[in-house]
Amino acid sequence: MINRALNSIRNMGGRVVNSVSRLGMAARFFGLTLLHSGQSFSRFNLTLREIYSAGVLSLTIILVSGLFVGMVLGLQGYETLQTYGSEEALGILVALSLVRELGPVLAALLFASRAGSAMTAEIGLMKATEQIAAMQMMAVDPIARVVAPRFWGGVISMPLLAALFSAMGIFGGYLVGVVLIGIDAGSFWSQMQAAVSFQDDILNGVIKSLVFGVAVTVIALFEGFDAPPTAEGVSRATTRTVVTSSLAILGLDFILTAFMFHGV
Amino acid sequence: MQRAALDLWVGVFVVAGLAALLFLALKVGNMTGFEQGETYTVKASFENIGGLKPRAPVKMAGVVVGRVSDVSFDNQSYEAVVSLTLDEKYAFPTDTSAAIMTSGLLGEQYVALEAGGEAKMLANGDSLKLTQGAVVLENLIGQFLYNQADSDKAADSSPMPE
Amino acid sequence: MSENLIEIRDLSFGYGEHMVLKGINLTARRGQVIAIMGNSGCGKTTLLRLIGGALRPTTGSLMVDDVNVGKLDQEGLYKLRRRMGMLFQFGALFTDMSVYENVAFQLREHTDLSEEMIRDLVLMKLHAVGLRGAHNLMPSELSGGMARRVALARSIALDPMLIMYDEPFAGLDPISLGVTGNLIRRLTDALGVTSIVVTHDVQESLKIVDYVYFVSEGVIEAQGTADEIRASTLPFVHQFVHGEEDGPVPFHYPAQSYAADLGLKA
Repeated sequence: MINRALNSIRNMGGRVVNSVSRLGMAARFFGLTLLHSGQSFSRFNLTLREIYSAGVLSLTIILVSGLFVGMVLGLQGYETLQTYGSEEALGILVALSLVRELGPVLAALLFASRAGSAMTAEIGLMKATEQIAAMQMMAVDPIARVVAPRFWGGVISMPLLAALFSAMGIFGGYLVGVVLIGIDAGSFWSQMQAAVSFQDDILNGVIKSLVFGVAVTVIALFEGFDAPPTAEGVSRATTRTVVTSSLAILGLDFILTAFMFHGV
Repeated sequence: MQRAALDLWVGVFVVAGLAALLFLALKVGNMTGFEQGETYTVKASFENIGGLKPRAPVKMAGVVVGRVSDVSFDNQSYEAVVSLTLDEKYAFPTDTSAAIMTSGLLGEQYVALEAGGEAKMLANGDSLKLTQGAVVLENLIGQFLYNQADSDKAADSSPMPE
Repeated sequence: MSENLIEIRDLSFGYGEHMVLKGINLTARRGQVIAIMGNSGCGKTTLLRLIGGALRPTTGSLMVDDVNVGKLDQEGLYKLRRRMGMLFQFGALFTDMSVYENVAFQLREHTDLSEEMIRDLVLMKLHAVGLRGAHNLMPSELSGGMARRVALARSIALDPMLIMYDEPFAGLDPISLGVTGNLIRRLTDALGVTSIVVTHDVQESLKIVDYVYFVSEGVIEAQGTADEIRASTLPFVHQFVHGEEDGPVPFHYPAQSYAADLGLKA
């Protein structure tokens, strides 16, 4: 009995040590990616391709989700604000929720599921079919050619997607609040404008989405590059990307929010 | 994907993203405001500004005529000094009064102006003499309880009918 | 310039206690086709990776074109690799690029040639393997044999001095087998390269090779010309060449006695 307890503690300890060493490997991988980023800009069409894969192909899910989230915010917000007679504050509620939190976080979560998992699968498969080894044998550095452009593609796409998510969400809130329910359009927009500050809210939201973009992309690329070169290994790595990215996003969100918004 | 089509789509994406950012910055946030158009600034001192914040609207008769541009503290008079930036289009008499009101029960606070009767108009840098501070909820409740206690005492001390 | 392109002396490679290769001695002359044969897991592919510099020898020396591969730094290694071509087991073509772009890959990465020149070179290489007409196809549209031929064209794009083939005959139909074997021989003779073929397809390779090395359990068990190998009486070689079921490589996986397993003996 004692043995079993000891064993499970040993296992847990082993897993923690494993996670920490993986974090170290990922950090080193991140450093290597940055070091080899020269080609991503001198041959910009490599990065362009990846902005298409990560950004453009995520547009549908981002825009549709943003719209729905904004509409739900509008509905729920109206119900609650109505009890205090503050329906005109709906614009403020929708805009601040989206720009400060929901835009960056939800867009990043969706990005991780769609683009992040795709990146992991792509690179994992390239490794499994020896394409990475072939590249190395042809004296082409795979990190510079394959990994770094994807990194910059993801980092460039993420803030744009978050902004589009927030914009669609506000439009959704407008649709529900003004068009459907009948709140005054003027007060909807003017109250929003009065409450949302560019520096404090919008800029912070952009910074958040940049940080999330870096985290998600690094995790996705690392998991793909590190995956065992088998079908099972790649599929496990893809799942791990989504889970780890989501946890990282939420954790980073807390840290960033604590830094940015505790005074406001 | 052909190179030309790829470039087009990436371009569309980036433009859309930047447009969304611009929309957020301009229409949602308040980079616009009364910086467009000519304005002049007057000051008003309040005993208590409550929750009044910069960029809060200044209204007269319910119409927005300006914005609060600055809130500071006067260490001599121990009062809050609020700078009001008013639209050039409107002129107000020098005895205009300012009060801090709340929109709705828990809404945001704004400055409500009431016109006086003087012939002379406010100029840039003038101060409003008549001000009324924000209604502080705790004081209101305290007052109410105090009044309640008073009327109870009065009822107790009044002679009982035979 | 020595006659031997590859000289391996006393090479050992392994991790701690487990040595994958022990005391390997191997030479390959320029213009030869060398086969490295043996059953799975004997260390053949490891040898290829050592020659290509992907692994470093634990002890011993490995010279390719008079350069000690084990002592090269990253830049030296990349320079050497530009003169080597490698054909991976299933082709390892880049799946997001067309056949044309796959073959043009090294030309675009390592040379400054104009697009017209690249086009001519790519079509020439594809013509050498018989797939010039397929240059617009994507790798997913190719059969296994065709994919491998495209990979071959890709590996000769920069006219290397050494081509390494990792199991080029694995999983091919008889026609493709013949095509591949002939291509390996023809290219070696026409381009003057040295070819190292790692395989366990005895019939096809014995038709085209000049010299054979037999590896078993990390050591070279036998070596010789194709005829010598065919005539060899060494038990391991004999079992391998004639495909015998039982011999030095046993049929039965080690287990306790059959009777004990069935519960017949106490």
